Amino acid sequence: MTDSRTGWIPPTVIFAGILAGWEMLVRIFEVPPYVLPGPLLIGETFGKDSALLFSSLAVTLRITLTALFFAALGGALLAFVMSWSRWLERSLMPYAIVAQVTPIVAVAPLIILWLDGDAALVLCAWIVAFFPVLANTMAGLKSADPNLNALFRLYGAKRWQVQAWLEAPCALPYFLAGLKISGGLSLIGAVVAEFVAGTGGAATGLAYRILEAGYRLQIPRLFAALVLLSAAGIAIHAVIGWASRRLMARFGMEAP
Amino acid sequence: MTGPLFRAVAVGRAFPDGTRALQDTSFGMADGEIVSLLGPSGCGKSTLLRIVAGLDDATEGRIDWPDGGPGSGDTGFVFQDPTLMPWASARENVYLPFRIRGVSRDDARIAIDDALSLVGLDDFADHLPGRLSGGMRMRVSVARALATRPKLLLMDEPFAALDEITRHRLNDDLLRIQSERRCTILFVTHSVSESVYLSHRVCVMTERPGRIAADIPTGLPWPRQPDMRTSAEFAAICRRVSAALTGAAAA
Repeated sequence: MTDSRTGWIPPTVIFAGILAGWEMLVRIFEVPPYVLPGPLLIGETFGKDSALLFSSLAVTLRITLTALFFAALGGALLAFVMSWSRWLERSLMPYAIVAQVTPIVAVAPLIILWLDGDAALVLCAWIVAFFPVLANTMAGLKSADPNLNALFRLYGAKRWQVQAWLEAPCALPYFLAGLKISGGLSLIGAVVAEFVAGTGGAATGLAYRILEAGYRLQIPRLFAALVLLSAAGIAIHAVIGWASRRLMARFGMEAP
Repeated sequence: MTGPLFRAVAVGRAFPDGTRALQDTSFGMADGEIVSLLGPSGCGKSTLLRIVAGLDDATEGRIDWPDGGPGSGDTGFVFQDPTLMPWASARENVYLPFRIRGVSRDDARIAIDDALSLVGLDDFADHLPGRLSGGMRMRVSVARALATRPKLLLMDEPFAALDEITRHRLNDDLLRIQSERRCTILFVTHSVSESVYLSHRVCVMTERPGRIAADIPTGLPWPRQPDMRTSAEFAAICRRVSAALTGAAAA
């Protein structure tokens, strides 16, 4: 039953069961749709509002993916820079930790005040997302076999050669594991920033649609947006996971 | 065998926490010689090997090189583990010493192919280490150490983790390679029979802090034959070395 061809059956059956139970409860107890809409109504709303929802999704995804791109780039670069010396690591790491531990909701209003539009949202999402890449890549850079390191020294390798040919490949699996976490976090960061920013107008993201639907008691639409948001998160996770496995297989390593 | 390649003079190694790995160790190696350092685990034989390699510094004494210290590629080192880069093919792993020195793949190609063929891996050059057996990985490691045609090959219990059949085969291959390449080999092991089979001389070390307690010439005929392992002369030398080892432990 755990075969990959049939492995999808049990979770799908359970998922369908949950949906059916949900729909039944909503009908039996006559729960009004502005409290809890049934899955069928959510599906119907999803179909009706799909143009609106997908254009909002595009906005949120653009912010999320931009933030994720810079989180991957910035986290990895920062990790490399810090690995050059203990001194650099000690000087820079506290700021990375401060950025990591300060709740983004508390900082977002300031960032939104200082920066315009997307830049503010991307920065918020980036702050949330870059740390796992940074921390993991740093751990990865230090994970090289000490004997391989000794071998590089024996042959008179320069610092950059050790970094490029030994430490960077060793850090790859760690970097990818960090990226997986950052993928989810950058979506959370983007949503939080949208919530705080609350921008109106045409080009608004999914988080704002959720907020707006809540105010207007359009609860089925709120659920539809929520489902789409979750689906986006799952898709990001799956794509990064798939790409990681492909990349690792190419380098003959086990995926983390 | 010609002049001395190097001489360790009263070498000692103390660690910052005060433990002494090595104390007053003196021995030399002639060009083309095979010497085994034999001793119990933790007796500092690996430390001594690393000091000779320049990977660790002696806190006392020194290593003298009459012809000047070795340059990059003059020393090959084989660790107990294959110590290969798992993301790189056998060929790429052997290429590493050349790559570090800025030699292009094309210029290194002949040396790499030679080394791989010396250890019998011609057909596995493009395999990743994960797809090779333990013995084959060790062969890649040996090929990498030999590819630069080092004058001195340092081996730190290279075959200890392998099964006996594979170990015997690799021992014979190592001796064949040594007779072709004429390199000097310093070999760390804790196997008495391996040390006797492989070497001109066996240096028996005491327990930590290690020091050389006995320097025993094996005196067996070259080239070694596999059936020599069961001969009476071989057994006699092994007994002598074992006795020295026991004596060193009691001292």
